[in-house]
Amino acid sequence: MEDTIYNTETIVADPMVPTLYRVESYVKETSDTFTLAISPTGSALEVKTANQKQLDAAPGQFNMLYVFGMGEVPISISASPAVGGLLTHTTRDVGSVTKALSALKVGDMLGVRGPFGTPWPVERAIGKDVVLVAGGIGLAPLRPVIHELLARRADFGRLVVLYGSRSPADIIFKNELKKWKAQPGVIVYMTVDRGSSSWHGSVGVVTRLIPKIRFDPANAIVMICGPEIMMQYTVDALKQRGVSGDDIYVSMERNMKCAVGFCGHCQFGEHFICKDGPVFTYDQLSSLFKKPEI
Amino acid sequence: MKNLELAIAKHPFFDDLPEEDIRSIAGEANVVNFKDGDVLFKEGEDADKFYLIIKGKVALETYTPGRGVINIQTVEDGEMLGWSWLVAPYKYRFAAKVITKTEMIVINGTQLRAECEKKPVLGYEMMKRMVRAIAFRLEQTRLMLMDVYGKRPKKN
Ligand SMILES: Cc1cc2nc3c(=O)[nH]c(=O)nc-3n(C[C@H](O)[C@H](O)[C@H](O)COP(=O)(O)OP(=O)(O)OC[C@H]3O[C@@H](n4cnc5c(N)ncnc54)[C@H](O)[C@@H]3O)c2cc1C
Ligand code: FES
Repeated sequence: MEDTIYNTETIVADPMVPTLYRVESYVKETSDTFTLAISPTGSALEVKTANQKQLDAAPGQFNMLYVFGMGEVPISISASPAVGGLLTHTTRDVGSVTKALSALKVGDMLGVRGPFGTPWPVERAIGKDVVLVAGGIGLAPLRPVIHELLARRADFGRLVVLYGSRSPADIIFKNELKKWKAQPGVIVYMTVDRGSSSWHGSVGVVTRLIPKIRFDPANAIVMICGPEIMMQYTVDALKQRGVSGDDIYVSMERNMKCAVGFCGHCQFGEHFICKDGPVFTYDQLSSLFKKPEI
Repeated sequence: MKNLELAIAKHPFFDDLPEEDIRSIAGEANVVNFKDGDVLFKEGEDADKFYLIIKGKVALETYTPGRGVINIQTVEDGEMLGWSWLVAPYKYRFAAKVITKTEMIVINGTQLRAECEKKPVLGYEMMKRMVRAIAFRLEQTRLMLMDVYGKRPKKN
């Protein structure tokens, strides 16, 4: 029998085979949300290939994170290795796999497949005002866009970030939000649904900020990430301001298995979220939103 | 137009209101500056004022036994505050506390109500604007009640 010759490059390129990553740092953002910064392990070639793939990932793409013995979940990249050298994901513990992810410690291993999915339209936004609307953990998938827009600030018009969260204690990336706010020409508005005695910021839903912000609705790109109902109300408010559905982008969530368009698990109407999304224009999805049967 | 009339005309609540109406509202209004910590009104007090924020932030608060004072919602630039002057029994339902330096148009609600009774066209216009603002506030409240950022219950 002939010896099997394993070609490492082919192994790494198979989208169903996870690459082994090591947890390099663990930051607790809030009581249920944490950020893992990870780096690939294996042969020099495997590490190089994995690093290159993640460096090539665009803001908005996600990876399948595999906790051994527990399962796999899609989690968006919350910072590219280009920013700080490590691949970063920010996750909220909502169920069995995300809880297992939250229990990982520095030095533990996990599997990573990806990056997958469609990116945020950063290039389409060149020369335009950019409005980012994030709700809750939805700020994590938008963070790489903010990093990129700030790194190439002169390419874009006004930059407005609207962020709504449940309470002051649930705000993620607090220090970064302060830094972004301090940058000239960047507007950051935060609001919470439930105030506290020490909170002197806004209390109210994020959609109420839309009628007030200064931007050019005819020359703007809007990117929204958060719970579906919040995105729907945000789109309604943006349409009232005259923003076209073609210039509004949303990131959708559905449970996933393969993440590469094989299994149909993530179907949303005629779309597969993993392959055709997760980032869509609102016009692509408008007929599907708020349909209980979908 | 005088400064006060200009401030009223520029406030989004009075967008496109005829000059004549702006003039008569100005007769019952002032621009007032408040500092953080100022209490505009308390729960249960007679509601005789209508506030329109030019710039700043005011918290609507209520007291809940066991939880203390809760900030239910903030009202900010370009928004209005206090519609109890228009609705019997004309008592404030919440307290209002200034949380950042705030510039406001303060209108005498009792006089404005009398003016609206006398001039039904202005009265109807004010009602339409109030209903729009209240409907917007109601929609926001419903969204808050949905607790959209809370954990989803497990499906059966
Ligand atoms: C493309 C994509 C990108 C994503 N990016 C991120 C990310 O960056 N960070 C992140 O934290 N999550 C992200 N998610 C969501 C994440 O994948 C899910 O929260 C995860 O799959 C839940 O798996 P679990 O096994 O922990 O929970 P399960 O055991 O599957 O679910 C447990 C409970 O949690 C509820 N639940 C499931 N998902 C959510 C949710 N998203 N919000 C609230 N309740 C939920 C379920 O209804 C169930 O009651 C993303 C999802 C997609 C599709
Ligand atoms: S997860 Fe398999 S098709 Fe999308």
